[in-house]
Amino acid sequence: MSEPAILFKNVSRHFGEVKAVDNVQLEVKDGEFFSMLGPSGSGKTTCLRMIAGFDRPTAGQIFLYGQDVSNLPPYERPVNTVFQDYALFPHMTIEDNIAYGLMIKGMPKSERVKKANETLDLVRMPGYGKRKPSQLSGGQRQRVALARALINHPKVLLLDEPLGALDLKLRQQMQVELKNIQREVGITFIFVTHDQEEALTMSDRIAVFNEGNIEQVGTPADVYEHPSTPFVAGFVGTSNLIAGEVAQRITGSPKRFSVRPEKIRLAQMDDQIEGDMFVADGIVRDVIYLGLYTRYLVELEGGGDLVVIEQNLRTSSIDVTKIKNQKTRLLWKKEHVSYVGG
Amino acid sequence: MRSKPSAESSNERASLPLTLSAIGALLFLHIPLWLIFLYSFTTDESAYTFPPPALTLKWIPQAIQNTAMQDTLFLTLRVAVLATVAALILGTLAAAAVYRFDFFGKEAISFMLILPLALPGIVTGIAMRSAISLLHIPFTFWTIVIGHATFCVVVVYNNVIARFRRSSNSMIEASMDLGANSFQTFWHVVLPNIGTALMAGAILAFSLSFDEVIVTTFTAGNQQTLPIWIFSQMLKPRNRPITNVTAMLVVLITALPIMFAQRIVAQTSDGEGGSK
Repeated sequence: MSEPAILFKNVSRHFGEVKAVDNVQLEVKDGEFFSMLGPSGSGKTTCLRMIAGFDRPTAGQIFLYGQDVSNLPPYERPVNTVFQDYALFPHMTIEDNIAYGLMIKGMPKSERVKKANETLDLVRMPGYGKRKPSQLSGGQRQRVALARALINHPKVLLLDEPLGALDLKLRQQMQVELKNIQREVGITFIFVTHDQEEALTMSDRIAVFNEGNIEQVGTPADVYEHPSTPFVAGFVGTSNLIAGEVAQRITGSPKRFSVRPEKIRLAQMDDQIEGDMFVADGIVRDVIYLGLYTRYLVELEGGGDLVVIEQNLRTSSIDVTKIKNQKTRLLWKKEHVSYVGG
Repeated sequence: MRSKPSAESSNERASLPLTLSAIGALLFLHIPLWLIFLYSFTTDESAYTFPPPALTLKWIPQAIQNTAMQDTLFLTLRVAVLATVAALILGTLAAAAVYRFDFFGKEAISFMLILPLALPGIVTGIAMRSAISLLHIPFTFWTIVIGHATFCVVVVYNNVIARFRRSSNSMIEASMDLGANSFQTFWHVVLPNIGTALMAGAILAFSLSFDEVIVTTFTAGNQQTLPIWIFSQMLKPRNRPITNVTAMLVVLITALPIMFAQRIVAQTSDGEGGSK
């Protein structure tokens, strides 16, 4: 088994009283597209900055392919960063920006210009070398920032919410491209984001951060289908949490559970119930028609709400709203329930 | 190609009273300067008669060959250059410290740095004189340089910190991330980005120092800078045309760099000020 790309051993970063990162354990595998997902202030960016070397842990150690880098300055670490605001050097041409790392290493001019242009091809921006950053659009600057980091062949590439400033269309396009580029170059990517959809789309694995701790690490399907804490259930996707007496009635256990809205089926009151299904009865309190699908808010007997999403395969907006304030039966497979504790 | 109506509002003509008052203000400011220029070429030796009886160029070589003028000019230039160099170093370091780090009393230090420029020169002068006497430092060329540096630092500091505030915070981190150490980062990234701010600051500092009178009076020993020499010459009517030529020289030496500095600042679209 190869050495993990990044290993956090009991890493903490406290700013006075504030525990930005608190005793975190983390392992990122070689060649992985790994996302750190969490709301702002959850410690994900601080973790990234500690890998880059802009911040030092107040306790614990960080290993990069087995080497303890906890106290190395940024310029001695074989990692590169794509910054949220791109941080391109405004006084240099695109070519010089991209070749900056090579220039520092002392590569001759002609050679590094050639490499810079090859890297521009990689990020699908051939022929832009002679321009200045101010002449590029946001999406183009983003690609240049990526090229500037990739040209150094870092062992790990760190991306700090690089798509945050782009509009939705461009962002979705870049998500696919980033993933393709990562496959092409085979470098470990660590991607920080607060956008759960982005993390689900691109990642091999996701770490969900909350208040300086990691709540769960897993594949996108793991994290989405089987959230292990109430926070993960709520942050990744729609939170559908039921606990206590109502839970007891449905599952036979008072443990808190989560079920994703699209796993639940609206059924007739006299529908057959199979053995691998959970059943709950309730009243439809709200119907929101969203074109592709419809959201139902169902108030369960005995308290608690569940959100149900059904695709509008045959229904129209007029049909779906008819069931408002009607009694309904909800069915979902037992395997789609996650017990989240808390 | 006038497509947008909003662009035309800037082409609107100013009203007549506004135009007249603008012209009036310009004349008020500039007629005295033009008179100095005119009197530099008058044949009249000791009095300011208007219009001049005749024009001559003979005062220019006389003024330039005047050794007292040469000595004071050279001294003034040395003071201005040294004060500017000191201001560049101290002002940049102070701006970097105030911008980069958070520390106790940061706002106070920022205010105290700007104070010498805001205070009346006479107060700075008296303060410098008592401080220098208290330390038993003899009043020499170097005390003039120190006195001038106090307000020159402010000009550089103001320009540089404004530039720092406008530039991307993560640029320095990006440079270090790409393998550059602190010195390389300063050389390749920080310096080129504050270069024009330093240039503009230096030119303003130089001009301020060059025509400084009040602080110089308090901090000089028996040295005479050019402005002070000119003032003393005014009391001796027989050298009046030479003094006028020298004054014209001073206008050229200080006005040209300031115009140049304004060009630089405008080109880099900085809003940063910092003149007295």
